[in-house]
Amino acid sequence: MRERAQRRRRRRPAAASLILAAAAASGVLAACSGPASDELVWYINPDTGGQAAIAKRCSTDEYTIKVQELPQAADQQRIQLARRLAAGDPAIDLMSLDPPFTAEFADAGYLADLPEDLVTKLRAQSLKGSVTAATWNGKLVVAPFWTNTQILWYRKSFAKKAGLNMTKPVTWDQIIQAADKNGGRVGVQANKYEGYAIWINALIAGAGGTLLTNAEKGADATITIDSPAGKAAAKVIQTLAHSKAAQPDLSVSQEGQVLAPFQSDRGAFQVNWTFVYGTYAGSPTAKDLGWAMYPRTEADKPARPPLGGIGIGVNSHSEKVGKAMKAVACITSPENQGIYASTDGNMPASAEGYKQPELTKKYPADLLALFQESVNAAAPRPATPYWSDVSSAIQSSWHPPSAVNEGTPAKSQKFIEDVLQGRRLL
Amino acid sequence: MSTDAAAADAVRTADSPAKRPHKSDRAVAENRLGMKLVAPAVILMLLVTAWPMLQALYLSLFRYRLTQPDDREAVGLQNYLTVLGDSLFWKDLWNTVLIMIVTVAVELVIGFAFAMVMHRIVFGRGVMRTSILIPYGIITVVSAFAWQFAFSLNNGFVNAWFSWLPWIDSDTNWFGDHWHSMFAIMASEIWKTTPFMSLLLLAGLAQVSEDMIEAAKVDGATWWQRLWKVILPNMRSAIMVAVLFRALDAFRIFDNIYVMTRGAQDTESMSFLTYRQVIEQFQLGMGSALSVLLFLMVLILATLIVKLFRVNLAQARGEG
Repeated sequence: MRERAQRRRRRRPAAASLILAAAAASGVLAACSGPASDELVWYINPDTGGQAAIAKRCSTDEYTIKVQELPQAADQQRIQLARRLAAGDPAIDLMSLDPPFTAEFADAGYLADLPEDLVTKLRAQSLKGSVTAATWNGKLVVAPFWTNTQILWYRKSFAKKAGLNMTKPVTWDQIIQAADKNGGRVGVQANKYEGYAIWINALIAGAGGTLLTNAEKGADATITIDSPAGKAAAKVIQTLAHSKAAQPDLSVSQEGQVLAPFQSDRGAFQVNWTFVYGTYAGSPTAKDLGWAMYPRTEADKPARPPLGGIGIGVNSHSEKVGKAMKAVACITSPENQGIYASTDGNMPASAEGYKQPELTKKYPADLLALFQESVNAAAPRPATPYWSDVSSAIQSSWHPPSAVNEGTPAKSQKFIEDVLQGRRLL
Repeated sequence: MSTDAAAADAVRTADSPAKRPHKSDRAVAENRLGMKLVAPAVILMLLVTAWPMLQALYLSLFRYRLTQPDDREAVGLQNYLTVLGDSLFWKDLWNTVLIMIVTVAVELVIGFAFAMVMHRIVFGRGVMRTSILIPYGIITVVSAFAWQFAFSLNNGFVNAWFSWLPWIDSDTNWFGDHWHSMFAIMASEIWKTTPFMSLLLLAGLAQVSEDMIEAAKVDGATWWQRLWKVILPNMRSAIMVAVLFRALDAFRIFDNIYVMTRGAQDTESMSFLTYRQVIEQFQLGMGSALSVLLFLMVLILATLIVKLFRVNLAQARGEG
């Protein structure tokens, strides 16, 4: 009796495994259906619907553009796309790419070459900063679609109280001092995330330095963060972190977290992207909202604001590269850039885009001029296939901001070099 | 959940006395049939597990990045030396071991209490057993989110309910520093997996002969003595299986950390470190080296637990 029971028990796993194997095999077969031949699939970063609207406008009799949404966080977008592109997935045609991983994708051969005439057109229409962010090894690898930049947003009443002349360029020291002495706060992004690396990059560029040179050497690039410019950047962060002008949640603050404190009585300054204007529109803060060029790290050197945005890339494994290129030309047309900026608050990558009536009706002329000036003065993050390593290594060695001191740049330089050479874990 | 089935099976036969079966013709034939029946599963297992494992072993000898396929370079054991020489690895290993020891210990105690309740209860047995088992039916990611919300500074209830405790007040930021974060992660892990532990222990408890307990009672043994001298020694194999399965599971903790802190505040585990190397940084070489090390550690851990409980697994299964 017991033996029979045991036999029955032994047989069951084998039968189950056969069923499992059959199920797995049928699943593999079922998964092999791609998109229709007249359908272009565009992987977009989440927005408020502007890219889907453009996809509809740019669909023709020849093809329909279908959008697929990527995860919210930029690093997750990178992971999902890179994994699929590395496997040669042809089900992706168009992609909305963030500048920090554009170089990585281009270097790995994931992006199809843009045709000559499209490159010529894009170079002619785009702002200088937008072109820089879309270039790897001297070649335009994605089509600049929209370009983001940070400026200094301030409360007019506070600047007046502090006696700060905002028509002239201001330095980080000036605004920190002004906020510290008058009970104000300076909003920055200093959480352990990409935004913090962006801030550090802007501070170093503002002091005339760079994070690294010889980026084309990949892992053997020369790290130059341990320099007088690096020390100047560390000084700014150290000063802010130890002053009363710092937000209480400085070490976890991101773009969104600085918005509400800015509206409070202690709101004074914040550096943030272009979307801020739309966020405060209609609120009591709107009347008191002032804007100026990004603060200088050193009084005698021009500010180098951060640069962001999206470029449109075409998958080199797509079976519809020709159609996809036509779609790119339509998506990145100045008209569409202007409409997109007016609906989603993401500013155009071209001067022509800034002239679209939908946009000029919604934003003050001096603000639009400032955005363009800021894009052209901006210091993009270094284009290197190893940016995500460099960025994470910077975040590890410069976080929390209250621990930053004169020795941080040297420590950080050593750590980045070790990480790139595979001598340290990240 | 094949591991659960295997665990239940192991417990079921764990306490049967080791009888050495004589090899009759029938037994030999049955054995042969059994091998034939299990062969497809073994081949499939080899295809889907052994091959990736060998591949990982091979990749771990290279400096290889998914997005830089041309830079692939054989570096021998360099990846292992880098990993073993890095403070981050040791910190994450310490976190993992700490989480494993604390959660398994707490689960063993609570799980045993639950098993006793499930075993002894007379009224509402079905309801009681079901409600104890519910957390185990919830997906780990969902339970991690639920606990993250519970501990959240803005919309959680933990701070409000427990503010009478001296070390908790309304602005205790549970994800703001190392120990608070570790506590939240462990609480979620314990809540979710205690039912599994109690299920395995219940199976062991059912094997303890009532006659022996009766005899001990007649001999004048107190409740405490009966527990330590009769019940626990007789379910040693069940406890071993429960601890082994839970310890190995806990050692691979990932979901709770991913959802609750994403490794911030130094709460990374070994699995999380491996995930970051392979998935986030595309470092296939370094990540594979970490995976191999993780595998070896799990192996050592399993051996240690088996040795510690002095149970012969083959004997426990009644195979002889």
